Amino acid sequence: MLNFIARRIFQSIFVMLAVGFIAFAMFRYVGDPINNLVGQDTTLAQRAKLKQELGLNDPFFVQYARFIGNAVHGDFGVSYRQRVPVRQLIESRMPATLELSFASAIIALFLGIPMGIYTALKRRGVLSHSFMTISLIGISLPTFLTGILMILVFGVLLRWLPTFGRGEVVHFGWWSSGFFTESGWKSILMPAFTLALFQMTLIMRLVRAEMLEVMQTDFIKFARARGLPERIINFRHALKNTLVPVITITGLQLGSIIAFSIITETVFQWPGMGLLFIQSIGAVDIPVMAAYLLMIGFFFVVINLVVDLLYFAVDPRLRVQKS
Amino acid sequence: MNLPTMVKRTALVGALALSMGLGQAALAKTLHWAYQGDVNSLDPMSLNETFTLGFQNSFYEPLVTYDKDLKLTPALAVKWENPEPTKWIFHLRKGVKFHDGEPFTADDVIFSWKRSLTPGSDMKGYGAMASDVKKIDDYTVEVTTPKPNPILPRDWVFLYMMSKSWAEKNHTTEASNVKGGNNNYANLHEDGTGPFVVTSRQPDVKTTLKRFPDYWNKNMKTNVTDIVFQPITQESTRVAALISGEMDLVRPVPVQDWPRLEKVPNIQILRKPEARAVFIGFDQYRKELLYSNVKGKNPFQDKRVREAIDLTVDTNVINKKIMRGAARPLGTLIADSVNGFDDSFGKPYKTNVKLAKKLMVEAGYPKGFEVTLDCPNDRYVNDEKICQAVASMLARIGIKIDLLAQTKSKYFGKVLLQAGNKTSMYLLGWTPSSIDAENSLQNLVACRNAKTAAGQFNLGGYCNPKIDDLIAKIGVETDQAKRNNMIKQAFTMLRDDYGYLPLHQQPLSWGVRKGVKVEQRADNVLDMRYVVMP
Repeated sequence: MLNFIARRIFQSIFVMLAVGFIAFAMFRYVGDPINNLVGQDTTLAQRAKLKQELGLNDPFFVQYARFIGNAVHGDFGVSYRQRVPVRQLIESRMPATLELSFASAIIALFLGIPMGIYTALKRRGVLSHSFMTISLIGISLPTFLTGILMILVFGVLLRWLPTFGRGEVVHFGWWSSGFFTESGWKSILMPAFTLALFQMTLIMRLVRAEMLEVMQTDFIKFARARGLPERIINFRHALKNTLVPVITITGLQLGSIIAFSIITETVFQWPGMGLLFIQSIGAVDIPVMAAYLLMIGFFFVVINLVVDLLYFAVDPRLRVQKS
Repeated sequence: MNLPTMVKRTALVGALALSMGLGQAALAKTLHWAYQGDVNSLDPMSLNETFTLGFQNSFYEPLVTYDKDLKLTPALAVKWENPEPTKWIFHLRKGVKFHDGEPFTADDVIFSWKRSLTPGSDMKGYGAMASDVKKIDDYTVEVTTPKPNPILPRDWVFLYMMSKSWAEKNHTTEASNVKGGNNNYANLHEDGTGPFVVTSRQPDVKTTLKRFPDYWNKNMKTNVTDIVFQPITQESTRVAALISGEMDLVRPVPVQDWPRLEKVPNIQILRKPEARAVFIGFDQYRKELLYSNVKGKNPFQDKRVREAIDLTVDTNVINKKIMRGAARPLGTLIADSVNGFDDSFGKPYKTNVKLAKKLMVEAGYPKGFEVTLDCPNDRYVNDEKICQAVASMLARIGIKIDLLAQTKSKYFGKVLLQAGNKTSMYLLGWTPSSIDAENSLQNLVACRNAKTAAGQFNLGGYCNPKIDDLIAKIGVETDQAKRNNMIKQAFTMLRDDYGYLPLHQQPLSWGVRKGVKVEQRADNVLDMRYVVMP
């Protein structure tokens, strides 16, 4: 087991190095950062000097090696746009993204799984049909549009919820949390739901399909024949056997929630890392972009590791094989 | 119920809901406002960019500043004089306090000037306009300029005064540097003399300010006590925040949303031509265009081709169709709010497609030619749409435009001189930072010269030695009437030479909650001194 984890962590280093390498190879095509760093009255000579000093004239692999060399020491450089250390910048934005991802993952799981079970067991029910319809909308509407529609309805027309931002936050060391204020709760509802909608429908459809398949299998028939109550058949035998693919997908989706909350964060001006990344692209803020991409690579590796470990917990066959 | 009554009732209910929702905010006179991006830094010398400097103007002040009409008005200097061509004397205001309570004196002026010349500073250009700043007494400074400078007070409108003692105490005597280092205290903290004090700052999220009780000017128009500034990147979210009443002021508002927003009862759209002139330039210095099907020669070097283009593109149509009539069509590179503007050279060229076609035949291009037009799509108001319109107009005389519209960092990374100047035709906008025509002449019209930094944004390499002679004289002429006359001559020559395709002054487009009164400064600065809340 420990061996397995160690091997995975070792692999993750390669993943991150590769991500960084590809990122730096692409930075040459995102535009010229210098024009965003200086005003229009700055002379060409001063611009050239700044470019030289920032090392932007070096070949990309030299820039990449320098970045990795500093990153090993925990130094990710200084943001071109905000002129503060990148680490500090990302640290200040990470809580917003993680809280949003956490909230939407909870919504997606706690609505998606019950809805999936329900639609599998009561296939012909009216409620099932409406769940299926909602899920179609959830899968086909782009996040951007859902977000804007929600702002229009709950922010502009009904004025129940704030249209943007994170509300008031409470600080615990470097962590800032919106879960302890009323405005924080109000603010997170719309973005969390927008972000959760797609995942929720995905989980629901997945659980439904798996459940339907499992319900046809022999061991369920056998359980019925043994006269076990429906509740035990459904939840102890059927549901448990559907969970392995659900965990895989949920895990991978959690990664993409964190990585691709970009659109939701932009629509709601949610001050997380996704918004930071978009702003950094606009300003060609290379140090921030590089650090962000590395970190997302790291997240994916860690989430995959956790998913693999969860398999052991859920599926006894794996434990048997290993031991 | 007939329709008008219903509308009235709806409006009444809306107004009622609004006044209830915002009642508390109105008492405290807190201005909530949003812009599309955040200020990059609180350090007044880190970035010479209008939005950042305009925002900092709430807490930092220069010696001489602009009023709402961009006319010079005293700030930290009460009067100034130009006794010799290379000397300026500033008489400083007495009794001014920095936010930390220290008095403002001549030492702070000298310190601020020196700080503007430190490595991280982006205001070195302004600092270099003086070769020495001497203290005559605590409230008088004498500035020596390396060459006669007729407009130094104007040039220094964005050179803000910082406290020497505060900077020394907090180790921020050098400007914040993008490369990092220990001098970044001023990046997140301020100690100015301005009417507001920054009380908190979360970059990209929220910056709050409150009124400075010891501010020297007790006769300011504003009644705002607190300011909450939050950047909102997405246009639709920004507009939604205004309609929902969370914001008192947002800028900019997309031009295409105007007709819809005019129907919303609780908000108002403010528009006015900005001091930014938008124009199209042509590569006139390469022997052969980089992106064209004409080989062996450069069609833009032929004055007849440039004339044909200027006679074909109708800026009035662009204004009407794309800018909804809110732009101001131009025939030159400076806006009407810029010192030196004159209608004699400022009015648009008169469209004459028939003559244009004839000129194209004479120039040897009866069938026209192909050329790539570089265009940003997120820098100026409706920039990509303008380029599309220009392309379709030029098709009438056979010039086939291959439009390359891209995001501003990519665009500038292609066309600017520092990036290789790889363009044959480009759309650019320019606001002279001094709101004076000389800056536009220097940057856009003067022959390029790497040593003097002239013609740095003359991306087409236009060069007319006669205009260059005039620019040199304008730079040192201290008689304002003579100087303006020479500016007029220079721009008239440029106009007769069809050096550029001028388009218009783009419109400012701000949205405010009904009842909030602001002055729209033509340089697109929200001047807090003039904001009055209901």
